[in-house]
Amino acid sequence: MNEWLSLAQGWLGPAWPVVWNVLKIIVLLVPLLLAVAYLTYAERKIIGYMQVRIGPNRVGPKGWLQPIADALKLLFKEVIVPSQANKVLYFVGPAMALAPSLLVWAAVPVNDGWVIADLDAGLLFVMAVISLEVYGVIIAGWASNSKYAFLGAMRASAQMISYEVAMGFGLICVLLVSGTLNLSEIVRQQGTGWFADHGLSFLSWNWLPLLPIAVVYFISGVAETNRAPFDLPEGESEIVAGHMVEYSGMAFALFFLAEYANMILVSFLTSILFFGGWLSPVAFLPDGLHWLLIKASVFLFLYLWIRATFPRFRYDHVMRLGWKVFVPITIVWLLVVAVWMLTPLSIWR
Amino acid sequence: MESYFPVLVFLVVALAIGVLPMVFGWILGSRRPDPEKYSPYECGFEPFEDARIKFDVRYYLIAILFILFDLEIALLFPWGVTFNEMIAAGANAWYAFTTVLIFLAVLVLGYAVEWKNGALDWE
Repeated sequence: MNEWLSLAQGWLGPAWPVVWNVLKIIVLLVPLLLAVAYLTYAERKIIGYMQVRIGPNRVGPKGWLQPIADALKLLFKEVIVPSQANKVLYFVGPAMALAPSLLVWAAVPVNDGWVIADLDAGLLFVMAVISLEVYGVIIAGWASNSKYAFLGAMRASAQMISYEVAMGFGLICVLLVSGTLNLSEIVRQQGTGWFADHGLSFLSWNWLPLLPIAVVYFISGVAETNRAPFDLPEGESEIVAGHMVEYSGMAFALFFLAEYANMILVSFLTSILFFGGWLSPVAFLPDGLHWLLIKASVFLFLYLWIRATFPRFRYDHVMRLGWKVFVPITIVWLLVVAVWMLTPLSIWR
Repeated sequence: MESYFPVLVFLVVALAIGVLPMVFGWILGSRRPDPEKYSPYECGFEPFEDARIKFDVRYYLIAILFILFDLEIALLFPWGVTFNEMIAAGANAWYAFTTVLIFLAVLVLGYAVEWKNGALDWE
């Protein structure tokens, strides 16, 4: 393997770093996009069973080929450009929605050392790129020049930035106890502590001392991705599909991909920041990628479960929850953690 | 800076994945022009007026509040990263804590005023 690599390196010369990075990115993105495709299938199947239906079962055995059929159908549909729309921005919108949701994965470690860019400012990078997503929404809504799209974009962007505040304060708590912005380092830190020394490393993870923050972070993640019960930017009964209403075909598919990639991202980040990433919960089992996948799958299932269970929030309730409940909780817990660290009872020495 | 090179490559790949499907969709998709189809969606009505309508000032207010809070968060990041080290170093820890406490107190004061004046309410 190494011989092959050095051979390719000599052959490609200065272009080698680009080629090598593109290869790594493809190895990350192909499973990610497949996961996105099959998450849509899983969603329809799981919600189907929760509502005592079967869900998609016609295309391929047990409906396994449904996502492929959906993608092909969308590919051959007309890409409609409304006559009133701003033509350039209309196409910038979907690209701006999808590109950041993929770019974040550059800094997300999936296993010890398995990361495309091991950034020392990883958490800051993740926060910055996630905040870029709001541009896709607002550009799409404005460029469509339709009232539904415009109102949906205003709602979605106000909601996304509101929950980002709570998320930001929550992340500062994680920083406090880890003392680093590097995501791999944050995971390794969680593998140390009294419980980890005694074989029960899952009690040493951040979720226990930061329990309110972990809960607030995941719920904010659901709101940030505009998923049910916070899906009122696309509340069908009021503003049809919000900022996506004028889009069709592949342009619509990009919004769809971005939404599901973001769901997977929030699940991975929750697992990494609070639930020990790739670390095994008990000492006698080996660490590895599979633990991160299991943890993220649990959160993805939670996403779908929440969607099947709760009715949609009202908009004033969404804003109240973000600004009047989550922000105070996170600020108070920030101070609690800081004081805790100053006392001799600190568990993060 | 070298560790950011993969991010640059990733950005190019991500933008390509953002743009190429639309290009393929444009080439492969059907196209049957119709003025009704290309008019802005409005539940079957003729669009009443332009979509560039007046909107609630609260959205603007939320955006301003977000900028303030996000700045505070950005300013707290370096403190959060170094706090544990300062505790380990000893004497300066309480000083570092009190400084941030004053900083947060100003933020919370402003937050309380907003709350009282109803900037966080939606009717």
